[in-house]
This record gives sequence, C-alpha cells and structure tokens, in this order.
Amino acid sequence: MLSCKQASLLMSQALDRRLSFGEKISLRLHLVICVGCRRFERQMAFLRSACRDLFEKS
Amino acid sequence: MNDSLTSHLAALRPQLLRFARLQLRSDSAAEDAVQEALLAALTNASGFAGEASLKTWVFSILRNKIVDEVRRRVRSPELQMSDDSEGSDFDELFDAGGHWAELPSKWGDPAATLEQKRFWTVFEVCIDNVPEKPARVFMMREFLGLETEEICKELTISTSNCWVLLHRARTHLRLCLTERWFGQDKLQGA
Repeated sequence: MLSCKQASLLMSQALDRRLSFGEKISLRLHLVICVGCRRFERQMAFLRSACRDLFEKS
Repeated sequence: MNDSLTSHLAALRPQLLRFARLQLRSDSAAEDAVQEALLAALTNASGFAGEASLKTWVFSILRNKIVDEVRRRVRSPELQMSDDSEGSDFDELFDAGGHWAELPSKWGDPAATLEQKRFWTVFEVCIDNVPEKPARVFMMREFLGLETEEICKELTISTSNCWVLLHRARTHLRLCLTERWFGQDKLQGA
C-alpha cells in the first residue's frame, strides 16, 4: 500500500513520465481511499494549466 | 507590413520581458534575450507565414533564446547554479507513517481562479520564491515545454534527480499558493 508521501511523488512524476501499469494501479487504489491525495492530484493538474495560461491570460 | 510588424512586436515586448525575467532571474539577461528574439523576428519576418499567431511565433523564438542562455550558464563555471542539496524534501508535510501531517486544503474553483488578474501576480511571486535549481528545471519543463530527458541532458543531471527537483518545485508552488492565494478565499469573498 502506498503512503501519501509516495503517492504524491508518483502524481508529480505522472506529469513527466509514463507511469508503469503497477504504479498506476497502486496510485488509483490509494486515491480511492485518500481525500488528501485526491486534492493533491487536482492541485498538480491546476499548476500545469496555470503554467500554460500564464502568458495567455495574465 | 514591416511598420505594423514593428508596432505589434513593440506591444508584445512587456510580456516577453516578464516571461524572460521570470526564467532568467536577471533584468539584464532578460533584456538581452528579448532584444535578440525581437531582432530575429524582424529579420526573419518572412518566416512568419501567419499560420500561427504573431505572439505564439515570437514566444517560440524567445524560448529558443532562453534555452541558449541556460546552456551558456550551465557551461560557464562562474554561473553554476548553487547546489540545492541542502533543500528540504518536505518531510514535515508527512507523519512518520508517510501520511499527510495536514491534508492538502481545498482549492475551490480553479477555472474561476485562472480568470482573476490578481492571481497571476501571486503566481509569479510564488515562482520567484522557488529555490533556483528546482525553479530552473520546473520552468524548462512547464514554460519551455522540454521533456525531462532534454532537461537532464542540458543541465547534466540524472533523470531521477530531475524528477525530484520537479516535485520539489511543485511542492513549493503548492504551499505558496495555498498560503498566499487559496487561503485568502474567504477574505476575497471569491
């Protein structure tokens, strides 16, 4: 079972590399039970879109 | 055509400067990069076929100039980035079992946030506050759109180090935005 610390590292890496099948499965299982990591995942997605929009919208 | 191109480019200059300054963290280096990009744009005006927007085209020229400057810095010993090995890995965010010591807070409505002008000032301040090495890797990834492999090659660091630095930069940004923007929701009535 992943800890939140490991899960958060994987969620960040998911933005930079393709996660292995095993990593994806254990991450999904963790996210089902962890509200903190679900928020973290949305926050990572937000950071990416903010960077994309920075020079369009600001 | 050239006159209107010149005035369009002049209008883009402040944005280009902000983009360059954020990444190079130096006003003079940013000025130089923007100057070179504008010059390249003017001399290669025929290369602008109008299929992309002028802004996109000029930004892509500037991106290349910034990558050149980063390359130059990596090779120049006196401009070596400070090693960030002393940087924290945010152990305090987790308890002994690796669970969140404090749950990440809710960030409200992200789409609405991106429409707010003031948000971008805070976002830039937060980027400026990320320590140099993670910030460099993060901006190469997110603003210059480079793949991790390219970044590792340019900066001569390992792939795993690259991931660690990206994660560190994102964590800094997440905490800074939580504190300086999303924590203020109630005060703003947003």
